[in-house]
Amino acid sequence: MTGEQIIFLVVAFFTLGSGFMVVTTRNLVHAAFWLVSTLFGVAVVFALLNASFLAVVQVVVYIGAIAILFIFAVMLTRKDMRDQGPQMNPGWWFGALISVLVFLGLVFLLQGWSGLSTTASAMPSDFDAISELGNVLVSPDAYVLPFEVASVLLVAALIGAVYVAFNRK
Amino acid sequence: MSQWIYIGLFMIVGLIIPVGAITVAWILGPKKANPIKQSTYECGIETVGDSWVQFKAQYYIFALVFLIFDVETVFLFPWAVKLGQLGMFAVIEGIIFILILIVGLMYTWRKGMLEWA
Amino acid sequence: MSFWNDPLKVAADWLMGIFTGWGMPGIAAQILIGFLGILFLLSLLMVLDIFLVWVERKVVSRFQDRIGPNRVGPFGLIQPFADIIKLLIKEDITPDGADKVVYNLAPLLSMMSVLILWAVMPLAPRMIGVDLNIGALYIIAAGAIGTLSIIMAGWASNNKYALIGAFRQVAVMVAFEIPMLTMLLIPTIFAGSMGFNAITEAQDVWFVWLAPLAALIFLIAAIAELGRAPFDMAEGESELVAGYNTEYSGMKFGMFYAGELLHAFTFGGFWAILFFGGYRFFGLEQVSAFLAVAVILFKAFIGYWIIMWVRYTLLRIRIDHMLGFNWKFLTPLGFVLLMVVALLNALLAGTPAWLYVAAMFLSNVILGLIALEIARSYSRKEREKVEGVRQVVEARH
Repeated sequence: MTGEQIIFLVVAFFTLGSGFMVVTTRNLVHAAFWLVSTLFGVAVVFALLNASFLAVVQVVVYIGAIAILFIFAVMLTRKDMRDQGPQMNPGWWFGALISVLVFLGLVFLLQGWSGLSTTASAMPSDFDAISELGNVLVSPDAYVLPFEVASVLLVAALIGAVYVAFNRK
Repeated sequence: MSQWIYIGLFMIVGLIIPVGAITVAWILGPKKANPIKQSTYECGIETVGDSWVQFKAQYYIFALVFLIFDVETVFLFPWAVKLGQLGMFAVIEGIIFILILIVGLMYTWRKGMLEWA
Repeated sequence: MSFWNDPLKVAADWLMGIFTGWGMPGIAAQILIGFLGILFLLSLLMVLDIFLVWVERKVVSRFQDRIGPNRVGPFGLIQPFADIIKLLIKEDITPDGADKVVYNLAPLLSMMSVLILWAVMPLAPRMIGVDLNIGALYIIAAGAIGTLSIIMAGWASNNKYALIGAFRQVAVMVAFEIPMLTMLLIPTIFAGSMGFNAITEAQDVWFVWLAPLAALIFLIAAIAELGRAPFDMAEGESELVAGYNTEYSGMKFGMFYAGELLHAFTFGGFWAILFFGGYRFFGLEQVSAFLAVAVILFKAFIGYWIIMWVRYTLLRIRIDHMLGFNWKFLTPLGFVLLMVVALLNALLAGTPAWLYVAAMFLSNVILGLIALEIARSYSRKEREKVEGVRQVVEARH
């Protein structure tokens, strides 16, 4: 068990535990805060994988914008932020059965995978992830079209937001 | 990865320092709980109404517009890093990207979504 | 590689020698040395923070034509220590109905988000906490944690005015992050990297001469991020008492307050690094690392002084004016400036340095004047709309 694996296991348990708390806690604002810690755990996993740009982008976009949006939405809509209903809905045994079956299926599929025992090859020491990403985003035979389409997608999201969230006049 | 371990250490020490300060304050301070002291502060008078009011939906809309532009600027960072070494073509691509989003900003402006009222 | 040139490496090697002499494995010694170094830096920062309280109070008093603290110790220097002792022995009142975990976590996260900014601040050519190659985005990430702590503080206080203050503060902070991100892109374009060490090393010509408008917009956005006047919605003292930290007393309030001052100083430092050459001063930093630290602290203090100057001179802006200013003026201006800088950077790629600097500087000034003219004509139209009504009234008499 290398140090890296131990750190990863701790972070993974933290992320999964926070995710579990998101869906089980009764207070909706608490659920939003647990979501923040889940997203932070994912950012730490990105950092462990040496994807520093993605780790920071995860914090900036997810925690700094999306989690704030969630918290605003929660605080703007619910009068009584405590969930009074029963914790489990009547069909919970069926959901539990499906999830156990899916888990067993995944374990069966992953048993023969070699990736679990080999370590990833290290990146060459002069590998600069940001430069490569920059290169790839604008070169015509790589990802420039998705780059431009992403901006159109963002404008579409903006127009959708205007239509959905702003029906005043 | 060792870089991020130091950032992690920074976060841990950065949490220890305020925890230490607040713990010292908790040890040194008096603890005389009193219902009047602990009541919610509303300029010295009794609170009027619930501790929840209907907030303006405009906050949500501003956060939404911020989210879109945040994602856009994050896309521009790898582009900016490589800009010195790529030619005019990359600059034009980036400018097209920014222009499309400025059109989006103009649209929301004209639709009146950026008004506070 | 003497002590004066590279004190951190010399100290780290010496400590490593001691620790491995005691039989500690190499990696544990490294982590322990890192931990001690971080503890040392952050303790120095907390001491600096205490003196920033004194600086703030003296400067505000001079702007307001009075003397400020001068009784407690020579020139009032012991005043902040008296403040600290007062905050430490105050009772920690938790309002009833407050959500205990979130209420206690908020000041911790607020202070932590400021302290971790110092991990990427380059103090000298080889003295930087962590040389992240994504330093520019890292400071925005730390700001995101700070924003979160403000919402936590406002909501957990169980006080609707604190919540309103927190919402407004977060709306302003979040809105002004867009011009700040855009202006962070401009030194990135010039330096070809997001890391602060690379940006400092690339400033043979200070970036403020290349992009003065970017420096100005970054300063405005930074002042709004810090929540200081003229953008201090949360601390509108006559409006919302103390905004999101109304219900905090004692050292928890001290954490918010000291965190805000240190945040202002840190952003003075980042402004200096991004646009004013950081620790560079015509080669002085090569002489000794301590001179480099002195240079950057001096520049950070000048930046902090400008931020204080703005705070104690201008009136608070109304929230709808603030947000309108950001979304309708600063954001489009920032993007247009980015496009102009990127275009000119590519067009002038091979030209001699003086032409590059002059062209960039002129383009910034022209763009600034055009933007100012657009803003002026808009306000003229608004004024005519109002005065048009007034003239009709005067004509009747």
